[in-house]
Amino acid sequence: MDVRETLLPGVGLRYEFDNTDGDRIAVITHRGGDVEVFVSPAATDPDRARRVFRLTEREAEAMAQILGAPRMVERFADLSKQVPGLDAGQVEIGPDSRYAGQPLGDTKARTRTGASIVAIVRGDQVLASPGPEEVLHPHDVLVVIGTEDGIAGVRQLVSRA
Amino acid sequence: MAVASGFLLELGLILVALSVLGALARRLGLSPIPLYLLGGLFLGEGGVAPVPAAAEFVETGASIGVVLLLLTLGLEFSVGEFSESLRRHLPSAAVDLALNAIPGALAGWLLGLDATGIVAMAGVTYISSSGVIARLLSDLRRLGNRETPAVLSVLVLEDFAMAAYLPVLSVMASGGTWQQALHWMAIALGALTFAFLLSYRWGDYLGRALGHPEDEQLLLRIMGLTLIVAAVAEHLHASAAVGAFLVGLTLTGQTADRARAVLGPLRDLFAAVFFVAIGLSVDPSDLLPMLPFALALAAVTAATKVLAGAYAARREGAGRSGQLRAGTALIARGEFSLVIIGLVGTGAGALAAVATPYVFILAIIGPLIARLVR
Repeated sequence: MDVRETLLPGVGLRYEFDNTDGDRIAVITHRGGDVEVFVSPAATDPDRARRVFRLTEREAEAMAQILGAPRMVERFADLSKQVPGLDAGQVEIGPDSRYAGQPLGDTKARTRTGASIVAIVRGDQVLASPGPEEVLHPHDVLVVIGTEDGIAGVRQLVSRA
Repeated sequence: MAVASGFLLELGLILVALSVLGALARRLGLSPIPLYLLGGLFLGEGGVAPVPAAAEFVETGASIGVVLLLLTLGLEFSVGEFSESLRRHLPSAAVDLALNAIPGALAGWLLGLDATGIVAMAGVTYISSSGVIARLLSDLRRLGNRETPAVLSVLVLEDFAMAAYLPVLSVMASGGTWQQALHWMAIALGALTFAFLLSYRWGDYLGRALGHPEDEQLLLRIMGLTLIVAAVAEHLHASAAVGAFLVGLTLTGQTADRARAVLGPLRDLFAAVFFVAIGLSVDPSDLLPMLPFALALAAVTAATKVLAGAYAARREGAGRSGQLRAGTALIARGEFSLVIIGLVGTGAGALAAVATPYVFILAIIGPLIARLVR
């Protein structure tokens, strides 16, 4: 898809694309983190956009997660289809796991198993690309990408009491 | 410590008056700048309420106001935005310069001003108010429109042109020759390039050196550095404003974001004091005879701005109504025209008497017209 990026000096960036209905959608990210979404519907003046809504930085993040979470899982599924031997799995942190309450980095999962933890699903929230300082909670679900053995290794690792 | 109660009272009353005027302006959807000017006119010599005790502070505060205005302007822009604007919109900027500086210069010549006055008038009519216009575009929800990047880019390029222009004017105003003026312009351009390099190469390092988790420390460091650089620039006749602008440009990223937040309120206070000071320095009785001339100049340069804006928008492929929106958005003149008036001062004859009402008119009319054109 063709997304055009335009600099708005002193304001931020504008991303623009046309959707299937022919509406032109513009997303403006302000320097401060606020986001505005504009649309100029098909068959109206293409130069003039109507503002649909404005989001604060936090609201924009929530919105991105809503839009991004199902996509991410889909994309991983595609990825494992495309690359033979690569799999995606989900591993839950049990309440008595030694890593519950510990930072993700302490698992050293990548070093030990070769598999990568690409997201943490916590309740209805998805933390994409979690950093090593991210503290794991009991019942978190780790989204793991790796070989079948690697994913099994992570499962074994976090089940240790 | 003994504090003159008269001074505090006068200053307090000025600020209260400004807050009332500012609230009124926002209510009407106007920029507060013209009303602050009007407030200054009513005070002081020849006005209804002289403020002798606060005058000294207002004068000192005004120079800090200019420094803060330019510092925060510099903080708004990054090297990337400038080079991108330059690459795509240079012809628009050239048309803008030619169409809007020439009427001002002609007006200065008609008024019988000296070379300094003519150059100053050219600057006054050339520079649009990026503060007023950026806010206007956001208030009118036009950031998603096709013409908007062109408008914002023209504003950026105007602001950068100011960095080369102010040293020239500053040298001329202090009685230097043309050669000296060009010499200092070259140095200012060199300093601009240097600031760019600094920001591009070592911006992160500089940000870390100046940055501090506490707001108080950040404020003191940035203000201290800026005032020192501004003082050096002023001493070299390159204008304190340019020095402050360069400091703002050099800071980028997170440090710049935080600096904007920390400096914002301080800028608002001292910029208001600066606008009042400009109003104070003009005697209302000098204005009246110049008013028709100022009106005519405002009409001409509003039209030339519309042409320049329309040209810039057309290059971006905007249709007729978009071109008109871009042109009318650019009409507003404001803070930087006043910086020019402040720099030249009352030394250049009729300059302040014409240019002050001129800015007043366009700072009010500009946003109004922009609102009306949909």
